[in-house]
Amino acid sequence: MLNINNLHVSIDNKQILKGLNLAVQAGEVHAIMGPNGSGKSTLAGVLAGRAGYTVTAGSVTYDGRDLLTMEPEIRAREGIFLAFQYPVEIPGVNNIYLLKAALNAIRVHRGLSELDAVDFLSLVRNKLKLIKLKEDLLGRSVNEGFSGGEKKRNEIFQMAILEPRLAILDETDSGLDIDALKVVADGVNSLRGGDRAIILVTHYQRLLNYIVPDYVHVLTDGRIIKSGGRELALKLEEHGYDWVREEAAVA
Amino acid sequence: MSEAAVAHYLDQYARLPQSAPVWLNGIRAAAIDQFRRTGFPSMRQEDWKYTDVRPIIKRNFLSVAAGADAARPELLDGYTMQAWDCHELVFVNGSCRSAYTHIRDLEQGVILRSLAEVLRHDATGIQPYFEQVHAKSQSAFDNLNSAFLAEGAYLYVPDGVCIEKPIHLLFLAEQRPEPLVGHFRNLLVLGKQARATVIETYAGADSAEYLTNTITEYTGAASAHLRHYKLQQESLRGFHVGSLRATLGRDSELVSHSLSLGGALVRNNIHAELTETGAAATLNGLYIAGGKQHVDNHTCVEHRVPHTTSAGFYRGVLDGNARGVFNGRVVVHAQAQKTDAQLSNANLLLSSQAEIDTKPELEIYADDVKCSHGTTVGQLDENMLFYLRSRAIDEKTARSLLTFAFAEDVINRIDFKPVRERLELSVAGKLPDTELIRNFMA
Repeated sequence: MLNINNLHVSIDNKQILKGLNLAVQAGEVHAIMGPNGSGKSTLAGVLAGRAGYTVTAGSVTYDGRDLLTMEPEIRAREGIFLAFQYPVEIPGVNNIYLLKAALNAIRVHRGLSELDAVDFLSLVRNKLKLIKLKEDLLGRSVNEGFSGGEKKRNEIFQMAILEPRLAILDETDSGLDIDALKVVADGVNSLRGGDRAIILVTHYQRLLNYIVPDYVHVLTDGRIIKSGGRELALKLEEHGYDWVREEAAVA
Repeated sequence: MSEAAVAHYLDQYARLPQSAPVWLNGIRAAAIDQFRRTGFPSMRQEDWKYTDVRPIIKRNFLSVAAGADAARPELLDGYTMQAWDCHELVFVNGSCRSAYTHIRDLEQGVILRSLAEVLRHDATGIQPYFEQVHAKSQSAFDNLNSAFLAEGAYLYVPDGVCIEKPIHLLFLAEQRPEPLVGHFRNLLVLGKQARATVIETYAGADSAEYLTNTITEYTGAASAHLRHYKLQQESLRGFHVGSLRATLGRDSELVSHSLSLGGALVRNNIHAELTETGAAATLNGLYIAGGKQHVDNHTCVEHRVPHTTSAGFYRGVLDGNARGVFNGRVVVHAQAQKTDAQLSNANLLLSSQAEIDTKPELEIYADDVKCSHGTTVGQLDENMLFYLRSRAIDEKTARSLLTFAFAEDVINRIDFKPVRERLELSVAGKLPDTELIRNFMA
């Protein structure tokens, strides 16, 4: 589904990604772990189409098509969803209107009819239960006055409504207490499977206790230097990142 | 050019009939003398530093001769607020048209009439309410307004009376072969604990070229409460210079909303004098301009005694080659301890050619006060734009949504629904790509 090949990305002439390779197939859950400053959020941003990055070499294809030339909204309509590390507050733009407009833009793009208000609301009610999000938050402006945990839950709630094919969760676990983490993980797990792929970008292994990945990748200094299964995450938790770096240096 | 223009208005003045009350002739004569001496302001004057009035000067607008009522103005249907059960006075091309004026079931003792009518009959009652506020420097426009003083609205609300229905003063300008100037003086007088809502709307036919020169003087006695709205929707070839001058007594409150959407060249002044303890002025404003529009807002609040409050909140959206000016002045006099004054002005520039000159001016001579001010100028927030686009919203719609949301911050402060709704529609019509918002809200 997603093929990242030798990706080099810089921000303001500073090289952040330095030859990153990653292949994600439908139905898989990949965890990308790494220390601060390794390029994790850059990778998430590049995949979602954030401005300010310069791709200096390499390619990214999504279903065989060049992803990097697509506008962010086209990527969203093609099924890519980014759960933000820091969801922005947008005063004056209503949460529920945004979500309905987003869903219908995606449906129209897929050749489906738009949902009317009744169908949309019943969908919303169902998903709310799943994420345990307070209904009154929906009537507010996007993320305005939300607690940190509510913002993260709102991201997962949007994901549940929009049903992406490729979801990228950028540090979704940061700032969550253990109860909120479980709720978020339950939400993600319920969306797992079928032909949906999920990329979890995380600093800590903690999230992976609740969302068990199929693959774990270690990203340091702009490259994936080691890949493995779930057990790799546990080893990182215990021993840190240094041994992987040393191992890579020797290789 | 300026000398010729001054001569033009002096000539116009000389043709005025001397039918006004004697005391008013005195005011007029003093004003035209002042005008003769000072002429029109130039950009060398601090108060007009960013606003070039030469487009107004060179046009030699003609004063309106009060004529017989003409046909029903085409513009009326678009701007009347009759549907909301208002008292409404309609002025067309400078004079009040009684045929379209609706004043019904006024509360006991309330007077609401056109100024011309008041001057024709019993004018002595209004004399004390003229020229209550002496603005720092009277401009040529103020002087011309006084010199040609003849028309406007007069509202008097006795002590303890609350006017239930809003009062709508509608000023319309039609397309005319020669460019006309309408000088209006509105006098609003609220007694102790009196309450009223006054809406002034200024509008003109699409291509009409004219000047509106208007001053509203408000005197609020103890605990009086005025909600004042000014909807400036002049034609894009129209010129507008307008002032609200308010004097607030003990515990009296003014909530002003100044909403400036139209006009080729616009200057809005607000001058509020907080003369007794407990007086409070809230000044909200929104200006939206595109193309080659120029819109200048000057506000000034004078805190003269202890325990007074003011809050200014202005936002501007400028597109195309539009130019905005905001000058917010707050003066806290030495004896005005415990003053609470806030002032904020935020501007959104939608194009690289748009420009805003914004300046908060705080002059504080007391030491135990709470004053703050903030000014921002910026483009749309890139993080917000990206967030919306990552949710499948196309870029144009995302930009439009964020722009509308910025303006809505002022609009949402309007608690009178008809005005809020009318304004939302007007604003939506004025911003780029707002039809996309309607789809979004559907």
